[in-house]
Amino acid sequence: MAMTRKQRRLSMIGGAGAVLAVAGGLILYALNDEIVFFQSPSDVAEHNVPHGQRIRLGGLVKDGSIVKYGETVRFVVTDGGGDLTAIYTGTLPDLFREGQGVVAEGKVGDDGIFHADTVLAKHDENYIPKEVVEALKERGEWQMGADNPKAKGAPAPDKASRAEPQDAAVKLTN
Amino acid sequence: MIVELGHFALVLGLVLVLVQSVVPIWGAHTRDERLMSVAAPVAGVQFLMVGLAFAALTMAYIQSDFSVLNVCQNSHSDKPLIYRISGVWGNHEGSMLLWVLILSLFGALVAAFGRTMPETLKANVLGVQGWISVAFLAFILFTSNPFIRIPNPPMEGQDLNPILQDVGLAIHPPLLYLGYVGFSITFSFAAAALLDGRIDAAWARWVRPWILIAWIFLTLGIAMGSYWAYYELGWGGYWFWDPVENASFMPWLAGTALLHSALVMEKRDALKVWTVLLAILTFSLSLLGTFLVRSGVLISVHAFATDPSRGVFILAILAIFIGGSLSLYAWRAPLLKQGGLFAPISREGSLILNNLFLTAACAAVLVGTLYPLALDVTTGDKISVGAPFFNMTFGPLMIPLLIAMPFGPFLAWKRGDLLAVAQRLMMAFALAIVIALAVVWVKGATNVMVRIGIGIAVWVMTGAVSEIVWRSKLRRVPLGQSFRRAVGLPRSSWGTMVAHFGMGATMLGIVAVSAWQQEVITVMAPGETKAIGGYELTFDGLSPSSSSNYREDIGHFTLRKGGAVVADMKPAKRFYMARQMPTTESAIETFWFSQVYVSLGDPKEGGAIVVRAYYKPLVTLIWLGAVVMVLGGLLSLSDRRLRVGAPRRAHHVAAAAPAE
Repeated sequence: MAMTRKQRRLSMIGGAGAVLAVAGGLILYALNDEIVFFQSPSDVAEHNVPHGQRIRLGGLVKDGSIVKYGETVRFVVTDGGGDLTAIYTGTLPDLFREGQGVVAEGKVGDDGIFHADTVLAKHDENYIPKEVVEALKERGEWQMGADNPKAKGAPAPDKASRAEPQDAAVKLTN
Repeated sequence: MIVELGHFALVLGLVLVLVQSVVPIWGAHTRDERLMSVAAPVAGVQFLMVGLAFAALTMAYIQSDFSVLNVCQNSHSDKPLIYRISGVWGNHEGSMLLWVLILSLFGALVAAFGRTMPETLKANVLGVQGWISVAFLAFILFTSNPFIRIPNPPMEGQDLNPILQDVGLAIHPPLLYLGYVGFSITFSFAAAALLDGRIDAAWARWVRPWILIAWIFLTLGIAMGSYWAYYELGWGGYWFWDPVENASFMPWLAGTALLHSALVMEKRDALKVWTVLLAILTFSLSLLGTFLVRSGVLISVHAFATDPSRGVFILAILAIFIGGSLSLYAWRAPLLKQGGLFAPISREGSLILNNLFLTAACAAVLVGTLYPLALDVTTGDKISVGAPFFNMTFGPLMIPLLIAMPFGPFLAWKRGDLLAVAQRLMMAFALAIVIALAVVWVKGATNVMVRIGIGIAVWVMTGAVSEIVWRSKLRRVPLGQSFRRAVGLPRSSWGTMVAHFGMGATMLGIVAVSAWQQEVITVMAPGETKAIGGYELTFDGLSPSSSSNYREDIGHFTLRKGGAVVADMKPAKRFYMARQMPTTESAIETFWFSQVYVSLGDPKEGGAIVVRAYYKPLVTLIWLGAVVMVLGGLLSLSDRRLRVGAPRRAHHVAAAAPAE
């Protein structure tokens, strides 16, 4: 049963349309379901993020708040406006310390505590996740002069003149 | 002085490339031989000039000339020589210079090897390549000049970001750039064909070696980057779906599609309009990647808005080249005549299927990469699109592609017989089922996706091999004769088999690691032993050490299997003095295709330390598969029929003979 030219073309266009429709459907479904919103502690307090919804929580690790029980660590994330207690089990990134920026992914439990399953590792002493910087700027916690709100201890050797361009991006391009 | 010479050479390069971008194209338009013949020598000399500039900057790095701002910000005199050299492209300005160097390298290569190309095509290709060079040389000279001096040079530089001080980084960017900047030349071919208003199977023959070369380097570059991230970042991940990775992965997907559609065009004179579009899109994605990585937009859209000079410049380049080429396409593509007819079930049909799925997958990656930026700009909401999104979209699009993959090379051109092909693949299918069941039975898998994944990976591998088995008539004719047949098969057939086999191997590695990886994160005191993946890992203690630009704590571990020592492992935590920055150096032991991976966390009281240990079954297949794909590409490239410059316009009809 040889197809006519028109039938051939139609069957091919139909096939292509079907694949593209499936691809489009998958993308829309995934955009609805699989993305995670960034929230600061005060967002969580103000907007009543539903318990159990996955979010990325970003802010600074509050001074004096880190308590370790073996593998589990409890700390407070702050953005000046609000505080949220977080709990995490596992190894922490090299640069996880008090006064430093942090981004953690997880859910706020019914106990009102943020249960993190990932704490993001950043590679640079001076690096603060961009979401954290913007959230802090909104709160007026960002001190431009120091260019860096922790500004205790470690000297920032090379700031001022240069923007540290792509530390997250550094991985594949530089 | 050398630095000023470099600066001057770069300016001279810009002047030359202005000539290259105008004169030959005018010559091609007016059919003036003399004007067209300007293209090749100018492209060569322009490459020399950019090369000179690059050499000058490299010299400044080697000599630690801190009066150059770029050197001062990114180098340090204590650094070993190799990292002083690789530091040249470890920063924005230097890496853009490398970008332009590779751009003009490809122009010079076409000038040198394209002797048999028609004069007008060659003139147009070099002219268009010249336009791209103009844009990026201007970008460097006006916004990212690496040759700027500072009036009061400091005694010491600020050093290169320590995670970049690694052999992997020394070779990864040049490979990656050879790949994705390499696609500039296919873009130039496409634009030249459109300018010419004429395109045929010979065009596909001229352009295919360049697609292959770019694809080979891009594949290597991505694999290299993935391995580097795996061992250097200390948490054992090989792919993060972060926008920077996606920036190089999208051109790879589009480039792979282009590789296959150019095949149809070469053999059957069909899919011309689509192939030209794909060539344009592939390089557009390379440009988009450059914009994402180089403009700072990924760091923060707001930072981008406050210091927009670089970003806006690249955005303008992006808009001009993508907009311009697509307009040219819309205007001229209707002139291109459609060639060979074919049935939906045929080699052509299968290659279209390949293109459909690859471009759809590429679109999914594109959406996942750009959506967070778009949302941030429009609503201010900050979201992260991570692995779950890509697993949900990219994964399902890859599965049918991989299942269909073994069928393609078996189908005849024009009209194929799916049933006959299925019969020929029966052995491969049965073998895949048996191997998959055996693997799953030995390793144990509760998850049905794991079984399907292993099955598909093995199927891709056995399916690839069975093509050669069938073509060499193994077991249907005497062994010696089928051996001779196998040797006599075109290299491109071997190339297809090897590359498809490599794809299967990569997938096998990915599935095995995600299914059977073991992870132990724990505090270990000296003398303590933990079990991981059938091995026993003993922590013997920490010892301090130092090198020219860092100090480190080395963890000493003994790895045993059944009581016998199989390896000493020495992961370390380093602290780089100049940047006051710690890094984690993992220790990796390879057993066949599997690896044991150990890295260190924070030290605890009493000499104890947090240890991350992984057992990664078949993990090396992920990268070895890519290397095998590259070998396949090289085999294809070595095919006599494809040799650069070999094809001539008149003979293409004969090549489409049914022997394929």
